[in-house]
Amino acid sequence: MGASGSGKTTVLTLIGCLRDVQAGSVKLLGQELNGASEDVLVQCRRRLGFIFQAHNLHESLTAIQNVRMGLEVHGATAMRRWREACTHMLAMLGLGERMEYLPGNLSGGQKQRVAVARALVGNPDVIFADEPTAALDKDSGHEVVSLLKRLGRERGTTTLMVTHDNRILEMADRIITMEDGRIAGDQQF
Amino acid sequence: MTALLTSLFGRLPIGWLQLTHNRTRFAAALAGVAFANILIFMQLGFLGALIESIKLPYRLMDGQILVQASDANTLQDGSPLPRQRMYQALAVPGVVDVTPLYYGRLDWKQPDGTIRTLDVFGVDPNAPVFRSDALLAARDQLKLADVALIDRRTRNIPEDLIPAIEAGTPYTFEANSRTVTVVGAFEIGGGFSADGYLVVSDQTFLRLFKQRVAGAPNHVLVRVAPGVDVETVAAALRASLPASDTVVRTIEQAQDKDQSFQTTQKPIGIIFGFGVVIGGLVGIIIVYQVLSTDVADHLKEYATFKAIGYPQRFFLGIVFEEAVILALFGFIPGVLIALGLYQVVAIVTGLPIAMSLTRPVFVLIATIAMCTISGAIATRRLANADPADLF
Repeated sequence: MGASGSGKTTVLTLIGCLRDVQAGSVKLLGQELNGASEDVLVQCRRRLGFIFQAHNLHESLTAIQNVRMGLEVHGATAMRRWREACTHMLAMLGLGERMEYLPGNLSGGQKQRVAVARALVGNPDVIFADEPTAALDKDSGHEVVSLLKRLGRERGTTTLMVTHDNRILEMADRIITMEDGRIAGDQQF
Repeated sequence: MTALLTSLFGRLPIGWLQLTHNRTRFAAALAGVAFANILIFMQLGFLGALIESIKLPYRLMDGQILVQASDANTLQDGSPLPRQRMYQALAVPGVVDVTPLYYGRLDWKQPDGTIRTLDVFGVDPNAPVFRSDALLAARDQLKLADVALIDRRTRNIPEDLIPAIEAGTPYTFEANSRTVTVVGAFEIGGGFSADGYLVVSDQTFLRLFKQRVAGAPNHVLVRVAPGVDVETVAAALRASLPASDTVVRTIEQAQDKDQSFQTTQKPIGIIFGFGVVIGGLVGIIIVYQVLSTDVADHLKEYATFKAIGYPQRFFLGIVFEEAVILALFGFIPGVLIALGLYQVVAIVTGLPIAMSLTRPVFVLIATIAMCTISGAIATRRLANADPADLF
């Protein structure tokens, strides 16, 4: 966590392979990202799961099709049992009844849960979440984060979350505080 | 459809889903592609009608070789030919018969004051240039002074005119201070230059066109003996006739010369060719507008997919998928409407406008090419989909 402009998002985009590393060193799952080619970055991104402030679902795709997009990127092997995987994921997030809905017909919390399903369906090594609760009310925000935490624990996935929502901080295992582009605090619970 | 495309591509047909998500825009885009298609079809139709109407009189010619003046490009232009060449041609081995063809243009004033332009062919009634039962039947009548046969497909003539003539009531009109009596009808079909054809005897022709003389026809039709190679005879004719004032062409060569002259040298052919290009450009612009707006509207989704790990070629695939869908689905209404318009034009103008088998194939390929070009330009906007902007 940290104040606006402290560099949280920049760090996230750098580790998330979404921005070129210009100086210094960033290591993700053992891979040096400074000077990595576009192909390497694309490969690295596939090992990650992203959850954004806005849900960023594709409006023309149904809930299950959106989740499928998170799986399709891993190629034919991952797609062999895509329907079971996607259905299971959505059911776990309490969306078993809404799989064929377009995002336009889902509530904000439901859309964010579809986005979580899309991020988790590919069994990522790390999940990056950038203020995933900012667009949600207190209850649905809490619900989404606790789902994320529970599923992450079951699968042994690390979740790196940027937030300045104090209600969520109490669920964290480790809190890194940033100030003016530098790490100012690191608490482990 | 989605399931079909999914199994076809091995991925979700994002392009199809995106296009059909906004029905109104999809319909407008298809209307645009169909419009471009119709433009191209109509121009090609007119061009085809021009070519077809050029061929019509050649197709009826009862002979194999045409001897023409060296400056003749079509049946209608060129200097008159010395009749001497006709007799020289007769002396060439393999030639069994020669017959002159005189050409002139006549204004036929209608009772209501409007004018129909007729291409007049003067032929020897004993050995007419054209193969036509009506012409053969009327051979003796044609020998009388100022008697003519009219093309039944002449444009804008009263509907009851031809039936009345065929029922035995000759139609008379004044032209070039002669009274022409139309006693029968034959069929060629009018083109772009004139409304129809009139066939008269060579003697009547010289009365109607007083400045013309019997010693100078426009073309000479040569009949080759059966079993003799036409090209060989044509070569022999070329060798014996002076190239300074005469060219020898087989009917096919004369027709090709006429066609290439009228489609590439005369403005009319160039106009239609230009129309085809404009139709293509209109299509490219319309499809580009649709595709680039679509890319711009989905930048956020594309950026998200990029963040998930989709490579650049995935997005190119979506844009080209959309381009091909627009091409195929726009082509169907385009070709159907064009078929209807061909009928209307054929009825209204009497031009031989019809859909050939190859034309839809050509237009479909051109449409796909057109949409792909638009797609290729539209993909430049993909560079704006930067996942780092999502935060």
